[in-house]
Amino acid sequence: MGALKRYFRSPAAVIGLVLLLIVVGMAIAASWLFPNNPLSLAGRPLVWPFANPRFPLGTDNSGRDIAAQIFYGARISLLIGGVATVIAIAIGTLIGAFAGYYGGWVDNILMRITEAFQTLPNFVLLLVLVAVFGSTLTTVTIAIGVVSWPAPARLTRAEFLSLRNREFIQAGRTLGMKDLQLILGEILPNALPPVIVYASVVMAVAILLESALAFLRLSDPNVASWGNLIGLGRDVLRVQWYVSAIPGIAILTTVLAVSLVGQGLNDALNPRLKQR
Amino acid sequence: MRIVSLAGRRLAASIPTLVLILIGVFLLLQLAPGDTVDALMAQMGGGDAASARALREFYGLDLSIPAQLGNYLWRLVRLDLGFSSIYGKPVSTVILERLPPTILLMTASLSFAFFFGLVFGVLAARSVNKWPDTLISTIGLIFYATPSFWFGLMAIVVFSIYLQWLPAGGFEDIGAVQTGIWRVLDIARHLLLPTATLGLIFLAIYLRIMRASMLEVLNLDFVRTARAKGLDETRVITGHVLRNALLPMVTLIGLQAGTMLGGSVVVESVFSLPGLGRLAYESVIQRDLNTLLGIVFVSALLVIIVNFVVDLLYARLDPRISAGG
Repeated sequence: MGALKRYFRSPAAVIGLVLLLIVVGMAIAASWLFPNNPLSLAGRPLVWPFANPRFPLGTDNSGRDIAAQIFYGARISLLIGGVATVIAIAIGTLIGAFAGYYGGWVDNILMRITEAFQTLPNFVLLLVLVAVFGSTLTTVTIAIGVVSWPAPARLTRAEFLSLRNREFIQAGRTLGMKDLQLILGEILPNALPPVIVYASVVMAVAILLESALAFLRLSDPNVASWGNLIGLGRDVLRVQWYVSAIPGIAILTTVLAVSLVGQGLNDALNPRLKQR
Repeated sequence: MRIVSLAGRRLAASIPTLVLILIGVFLLLQLAPGDTVDALMAQMGGGDAASARALREFYGLDLSIPAQLGNYLWRLVRLDLGFSSIYGKPVSTVILERLPPTILLMTASLSFAFFFGLVFGVLAARSVNKWPDTLISTIGLIFYATPSFWFGLMAIVVFSIYLQWLPAGGFEDIGAVQTGIWRVLDIARHLLLPTATLGLIFLAIYLRIMRASMLEVLNLDFVRTARAKGLDETRVITGHVLRNALLPMVTLIGLQAGTMLGGSVVVESVFSLPGLGRLAYESVIQRDLNTLLGIVFVSALLVIIVNFVVDLLYARLDPRISAGG
């Protein structure tokens, strides 16, 4: 398999994959290493990292274990990032597919809606959605998915536009295949690879959006989220800056890992582009 | 002149988009629990049902939703954004008060990101696949992955708390009344960290695009001609490559305007700047839906205006656009 070999030849892509596996491993190991609720009191508040072997990364303002929150936070970040990305890609490919396949007024209307979503700043729309539907884990995840679909929709549309009049599609049409069969069975599989690669960008942005929302205390306060912890640490920034610093490094690592893997996949699947 | 009409036509085409956004968000906000009157009554410390009914009648909230929407759009045509019950002022006044810091911050961040993105992009492209390129690209990747609010907090820890070089927040020094150049310098000092914080991710994006675009243009025939003429590398780049490589960067300004506005919500909260972004955040917390809708309108308008300016700029950079059909 050429693509796989090409992927592992790039050091950046391998580093990204290793980092991503570490984060996934943290998410899986969380409840095994820290059986107690990460949001329950664990000890004295504001213990510095490395000061007490029970709390390798210290404790926050209210005496909760930071290491436990980092491990459980990996779950939340990956969960929200992953599900929001699936939602965004699903809406995006659906709208892009119909717009690109049918063209004409369908395309016109769908692209107008896409444009409306792109004109309104992402984060402002996210604030509106949170203001209306509240901030539970489910609503925040769906809201992030709903604000992230326009770029994948445009990408899918462009792919469909270039594919819809190829010979194999015309052959399918002559065979009497229905539109839906052509869209789902013939064009979509060919249009999907660049969209899947782009999903890494969507996921990176989704993780950043969730952390920003949590930092502003507009995300679910009842889960251990990295952004929540940074927001909490802000109150004690003057002296105990580590409360904010540690979860930020976790976010940075995760987003970096996701983007590196995405770029690695892109270079492996489109080897000709890489030489530029 | 052609280009002005071209850009003007695109501006006109964005009006339906704006109306679509307003209708969508207006209907969305109808689903929100509680309305202006509820917020107002809570502010007043409660009240009886009769006065609530009277207030709803006063604000036109007793009408059907399509009628309310029609009223709202008609008032918008007259640039009336409604009344903010939280601030006790018309929404347009509240927003206009908060607009200057945000515009200042966005302009500064954009210039910062554009300038350094350009410089580092050129540097990376000139030493492609050697160590300066690797270093610049790696730093770019890390900047791209850094959450802006976290970078802002860490910058406060280093520059405001430990080194005490720069203020930790605010738009200007309230204690000292300053005028003229001193006030300008004071505001600049306050905006230094927020500008870097907001600009960071865009710096990373511009740097990457500039590098790719430089590499592409450097392979074109006219660059070979310029080299064959005997121009040295610096002259080739400043005189021939740069202008052509800038085009994708300018496109990106338009595409990223909305993202930047969204980013200022977070950055203004970190540095407690009295801007539009912070207003958006406050109106969500205080359930001031009228103001929130006004902000949606103004931010969409800002994005449309930025794109209009980008269209004009684009034509200045590339005369082929205004000449060709």
